[in-house]
Amino acid sequence: MIDDPKPLAEAPSLEVRQAQEARLLKAWSQPRGWRYWSEVNNSIVGIWYTALVLLFLLFGGALALLMRIQLAVPGNTFLSPGMYSQVFTLHGSVMMFLFAIPIFEAVSILFLPQMMGARELPFPRLSAFGFWAFLIGGVFLCGSIFFNVAPTGGWFMYPPLTSRYQPGIGADMWLLGFSFIEVSAIAAAVELIVGVLKCRPPGMRIHLIPLYAWYVLVAGVMVLFAFPPLIAGSMLLELERAFNWPFFDAARGGDPLLWQHLFWLFGHPEVYIIFLPSVALVAMIVPTFARTPIVGYKWIVLSAIGTGFLSFGLWVHHMFTTGLPGITLALFSAASQAVAIPTGVQLFCFIATVYVGRLRPSIPMLFIAGGLATFVIGGLTGVMVAVASFNFQAHDTHFVVAHLHSVLIGGTIFPVIAAAYYYFPLVNGKLLSERLGRVAFWLLFCGFNITFLPMHFTGLRGMPRRVYTYPAGIGLEELNLVSSIGAAVRAAGFGVLMWDVFRPKGKKWDSPRNPWEAGSLEWLQDMPGKPWGVRSIPEIDSRYPLWDQPNFVQHVDEGRFYMPDAEEGKREMLVTSIIDAKPEQCLRIPGPSFITLIAAVFLGGVFIFPTFKMYWPMAASGVIALGCILYWLWHGSALIPEKETKAIGHGVTLPLYVSGPSSVGWWAMMITMLADLTAFVSLVFGYFFYWTLHKDFPPASIAGPGVVWPVAGLLASLGAWGLTILARRWNSREQPAAFYAGMGAAVLLAAFGSYALLAGPRQAGMNPEAHVYPAIVWLLAIWSVLHLAAGIVMQLYCIARRFAGRMSGRYDIDISNVTLYWHFVAITVVAAVAIMAGFPLLR
Amino acid sequence: MTHETQHEAAEERQSLWLLVLSPSIWAAHFLVSYIVAAVWCGSTENRADSVNSLRIWIVVFGLLSLVGIGFIGKIGWRKYKLEGGSPPFDADGGERRFDQDTAEDRHRFLGAATVLLSSLSAVAVVYVCLSLLFVQNCL
Repeated sequence: MIDDPKPLAEAPSLEVRQAQEARLLKAWSQPRGWRYWSEVNNSIVGIWYTALVLLFLLFGGALALLMRIQLAVPGNTFLSPGMYSQVFTLHGSVMMFLFAIPIFEAVSILFLPQMMGARELPFPRLSAFGFWAFLIGGVFLCGSIFFNVAPTGGWFMYPPLTSRYQPGIGADMWLLGFSFIEVSAIAAAVELIVGVLKCRPPGMRIHLIPLYAWYVLVAGVMVLFAFPPLIAGSMLLELERAFNWPFFDAARGGDPLLWQHLFWLFGHPEVYIIFLPSVALVAMIVPTFARTPIVGYKWIVLSAIGTGFLSFGLWVHHMFTTGLPGITLALFSAASQAVAIPTGVQLFCFIATVYVGRLRPSIPMLFIAGGLATFVIGGLTGVMVAVASFNFQAHDTHFVVAHLHSVLIGGTIFPVIAAAYYYFPLVNGKLLSERLGRVAFWLLFCGFNITFLPMHFTGLRGMPRRVYTYPAGIGLEELNLVSSIGAAVRAAGFGVLMWDVFRPKGKKWDSPRNPWEAGSLEWLQDMPGKPWGVRSIPEIDSRYPLWDQPNFVQHVDEGRFYMPDAEEGKREMLVTSIIDAKPEQCLRIPGPSFITLIAAVFLGGVFIFPTFKMYWPMAASGVIALGCILYWLWHGSALIPEKETKAIGHGVTLPLYVSGPSSVGWWAMMITMLADLTAFVSLVFGYFFYWTLHKDFPPASIAGPGVVWPVAGLLASLGAWGLTILARRWNSREQPAAFYAGMGAAVLLAAFGSYALLAGPRQAGMNPEAHVYPAIVWLLAIWSVLHLAAGIVMQLYCIARRFAGRMSGRYDIDISNVTLYWHFVAITVVAAVAIMAGFPLLR
Repeated sequence: MTHETQHEAAEERQSLWLLVLSPSIWAAHFLVSYIVAAVWCGSTENRADSVNSLRIWIVVFGLLSLVGIGFIGKIGWRKYKLEGGSPPFDADGGERRFDQDTAEDRHRFLGAATVLLSSLSAVAVVYVCLSLLFVQNCL
């Protein structure tokens, strides 16, 4: 565009450039020695994250091999039935929760900033915290099998099997461990969504962003709405297991089907949360090797958003055999067919891109072609099982196993391996071997098909899933033996791949800069990369700047664009507007710290101790974790800068401190609370689910919480909310006395509100173990009170910040975000009280 | 671009919400259809009966949703056309990519994406309504 600033006509002198680079290097330098583990920079945390996820992939793969050995011949005794149950449960869980979802987050943390010419993601310590939480949770879960205590309920943990018939700690480990990991997944989603919306380079308008960023945005938003139902469901199941609250016990008014609804409300979108980011990698790789821009950019955006929405209308197709009304099955069957449209559109875009371009064959393209072919097989069998009548036949057989592996291996593992070959040079400046890549591909591709093609037939012949063996003489021996041989071939393929990745590579394997001659921004990186990410933040005019903008790499390297320097020695990045990426703020981000690791360890205690029924250590761990998080926020966020504004070059001067809806923190709070609200809605869904199924819900024989106490709690909570809003106003008008008085009164009102909300069910003598109605009422009350309690902590935090001179009328990020939090608390309490106190009145 | 179209394409007047409105209407239609069917069929006396009265309401609601989606699609179409802007076709008649760093291209892109998403949402609503034409009762 004509008005856009052009790169400086002249490069700064060599001395200036060297001085700039020295300052940048100092600001972004990585800690050495044991302090290396305190690093929070995305390029380091991203590598740890990706490496760990790949380790979990190998672990999950090893478990799969054990299963295939067991099933190779009929009546095998290689694994005992109990151990087989542990192995298949852990295989599914590890592959889903510790590989397929986190690989998206890991790769995005590693590469998303570079794809957008950014130095970092907006909350580096949050990424590091998420990584440590993931590490602790993952090791805890995987370790369980070595002590013979791993969960055995299948990766979807259906009650009543998991609530009444599995008394060991396996199911508790699953419920609590994965809840902890889901918290870290939501943290990553917050980081990535804000990254895409607010951290693009100037000029990268919404229609110019890399397709990867579109997919990350969609998948991130899906995480916010898909994970909370599972967290809510896990909470219900754990409450049933630990405290005998009968949410899924039919004898006391509960219903095991509620679990299936909540699980699949998460589980089906999750398939697309896995699939979309992998397709996103394909969308980055295909144009490079076709040597042409992607065909149908807007069609792919349509696919990403359309799939994101439709995938939430499919969950019941996992429950076709549970006896739901035919009309319900028809609705979900229709949506399941509809999702094939956007899924297909993007594949046609890739084919068209290859068709109009001049394809250069390569290992990444080989994996992509193999992956898409495999995915199409899985997609078509998916359309088959989306037809309810066929589904009744195939349900719970190996046909479904074959279908889902085609989807996930074709749709995820192959594209991820393609990306590994493609992006490997960005990680350590080396290339992988083409020859070994070809060997690995054919071993993996043939191995995959030899394993899973016969499995369709074993399934159609009636072999059930999750059974440790099968009898001879019913036509299953040969097919199973072939599958097991295929698994061995595939394992050999992974062996070759691992050798290629980890073998020592001499100078011969050094990669040139931009070895594939790609057009997208991540290939700006020098080989090997510098810790600052990008030397100067470019002005973008095209979807493929390296192809279209003349002398682009040179201009970036010479610091002719924005922010070529770190004058104050601080880590800084650019925040821009959502639609047109206009510069809005020069954001200072925190550097290395161990606080994220310490906070993750103690938060981990909150989830791990209750597995062993150690509730006091859990409480202590929670208090310490809270202290860590407060310390982290106090010293690392909303810091008052030494000056108001900073010049970033090209005559642009930006504020260093921004609060409200233009700031990244406000968006992070907003997004987090949307996820929180979704979890609450899942609980409300539970309440009404019981109502639709049971005529006597709420049962006439059980007294409800009444009206007086809940309404008193509501009024007090709304008072606290109103006073928080007023306190924000008094703060911005610099009326400290009014601020302290208002905030203090808000704290007292919130405390009284908490007391009153709990007093309702307590005074009525509601016993949560007796029936599901008191249990869910108690839960709604406790949920509200926990939110009020967190709100009180935040209000006290604001008082302390103002008192310590870290917050003022001008510098008001803290209270601005806390007020936003309180809006959500108000919504939650209003809804909870309307349901607890109001709904029984309608009966 | 004329002054009016410049004003229309200004960033302050844009939002990503338009993109997700049509799919949201689909989601609302789907959710309401599901809930109404679940509540209706949840009572045992309804289960064996015909669901004709229910089907009529779901289809009427489907038509209303289609009108809403059509309305959003029309807004998108208007953005895509952008009166006074440069024509959406190249000199040789091919469709332009809208990949320049201009407010106009961004405006048209958002319009085109809105139209596409509205079309997909409309098809998905029709699918859901169609399924109800073939199902006679709750069983």
